[in-house]
Amino acid sequence: MGSQVHGTQEFNKAKRAEIKFSDEAMKIVQTIISHYPQGKQKSALLPVLHVAQAEFGGWLSPEVMDYVASILNIKPIEVFEVASFYTMYNLKPVGKCVLEVCQTSSCWLSGAEDIVKYIEKKLSIKVGETTKDGMFTLKVAECLGSCGTAPMLQCGASFHENLTYEKVDKILDEYKTVGKQRSYTDLDYKNTL
Amino acid sequence: MGKKLLIHNDKVPGIETLNVYLAHGGYASVEKALKTMTPDQVTEEVKKSGLRGRGGAGFPTGMKWSFLAKPEGVPRYLVCNADESEPGTFKDRYLMEKIPHALIEGMITSSYALGANLSYIYIRGEYFYVARILETAIAEAYAAGWLGKNILGTNYSLDLHVQVGGGAYICGEETALLESLEGKRGNPRIKPPFPAVAGLWGCPTVVNNVETIAAVCPIVMMGGEEYAKIGIGKSTGTKLISASGHINKPGVYEIELGVPVEEFIYSEEYCGGIRNGKKLKAVVAGGSSVPILPTELILKTAKGEPRLMTYESLADGGFQTGTMLGSGGFIVMDEDTSIVKNLFTFTRFYHHESCGQCSPCREGTGWMEKILKKFLNGTANESDVELLWDIQSKIEGKTICPLGEAAAWPVAAAIRHFKHEFLEIAKSKKFVDISHYERLNKIRV
Repeated sequence: MGSQVHGTQEFNKAKRAEIKFSDEAMKIVQTIISHYPQGKQKSALLPVLHVAQAEFGGWLSPEVMDYVASILNIKPIEVFEVASFYTMYNLKPVGKCVLEVCQTSSCWLSGAEDIVKYIEKKLSIKVGETTKDGMFTLKVAECLGSCGTAPMLQCGASFHENLTYEKVDKILDEYKTVGKQRSYTDLDYKNTL
Repeated sequence: MGKKLLIHNDKVPGIETLNVYLAHGGYASVEKALKTMTPDQVTEEVKKSGLRGRGGAGFPTGMKWSFLAKPEGVPRYLVCNADESEPGTFKDRYLMEKIPHALIEGMITSSYALGANLSYIYIRGEYFYVARILETAIAEAYAAGWLGKNILGTNYSLDLHVQVGGGAYICGEETALLESLEGKRGNPRIKPPFPAVAGLWGCPTVVNNVETIAAVCPIVMMGGEEYAKIGIGKSTGTKLISASGHINKPGVYEIELGVPVEEFIYSEEYCGGIRNGKKLKAVVAGGSSVPILPTELILKTAKGEPRLMTYESLADGGFQTGTMLGSGGFIVMDEDTSIVKNLFTFTRFYHHESCGQCSPCREGTGWMEKILKKFLNGTANESDVELLWDIQSKIEGKTICPLGEAAAWPVAAAIRHFKHEFLEIAKSKKFVDISHYERLNKIRV
């Protein structure tokens, strides 16, 4: 991801200067890096990208990827080839809450398609789209390991299982009230939502 | 009630905390191994136990351990494969979520056996909150001296960390997992060299599934020979089964290997029968990649013997009439289910998850998905069934990793046992999804 591709160098420079982990996030990043032997800091790439995504608006811009590369002391292309391989990294802007409805066998057997249709209708968007207010992005996902509690959807770090229409209503309302999804950097996994 | 060794304490309040876990006999295998056994003795017990890898392949764990190269001055690693992504499988998640210390205990005892001083649990990124639970438990274990330097005052030291992945089924393949752990794309490596010789960062490495590692604890405690007495023949011990689909009681069940399939589906102790009083149509017994079997073949073998939940019995008859225990992802389908549509969800999955290295898999999975889509659109011809068969036969055995087989087998099995469903759609030019009615209002809340 050379800077030439993504606009003028001047523009990127200005944008890049704004990109910096908060102290709290930086602490998490340093802890992650410390889990690997000296010189093997590239191993921290996947978890650090999750932190970056949580920090910088839910997606990885070329500038954010360059920033991560500089922190791990690797080439920007090494970051991009990873970010573009794994499905959890968003390379385009997304809503504040990304709803990912599992659609593989057990969830389909239990009515996942109905859930998708219901959310599409309720939010007036199609799969892959974001609501006008920027609150929700709707996606479908492949098996999320929730087959015994199907159908299910994932939103950020949260699993919502045994879905019914009523439950979907409730979940969407709660997210609207909270205003964001729980992310990788929210350490308290016992929170609701 | 069968014997339970792994999740017998899953309902104990607070079992995810160290104190409660210790109060229920936790970490006893670490104490026994580190204080009274040599690493080789631990490996010997695992060999005697007949434990087979619980991730899907069923390779004998003791043998895998004994392949580990031990060159002087080179670090060795144990990596736990917690990238559970096989559709229909959620047992590792349950174990880690409910009893995280069971995995940590297994990691310490196993790392000791292998001479590893640094170990990792690679967990799929979607299991964020499970990773948090593990990290919390690991912090507790460090604070109490179960991890870190000189564990229990012995010479043995171990550091253990969790790494989250980025969402890729392929990282459940052990060499892809190692690539991912090194911060790269999850492209499987060509073997040999096997990880036992050149694994993580080029060093000798053992990669084991969560359940496999957790099973090492009871093996060390009871001894390999006692463990081998549980189960039938070469299917020793207990196995976690993830039961899902159209059953009354989906969930994770620990079974003694050897329970009849019929009992597993219909007894109240396990799945509790088919939901809504429907009839059984088909079962995928070991995760999406194993061959689907119709009712008559899943309940009884082709020879008419009752089919048992063991590696051997489920495989009886080969792929013509049998299947595999696989990961234990047990997906049950009722009489209204469209096998073609279910196959479509599997094939879409494999197309999505193909890493793209090998053309037979990268292209073939996409073609298969397209053809199946024709069936769902009602535009398929009868010859498309042959075409589908042809494509799947050209993927199997022609790829670097087993994702090729995993994608081909379900297609082959669906055609083998349910060809008439494909032909009916092709003839009538109409796909009617009777399984897809408004299910949600009818199922449990």
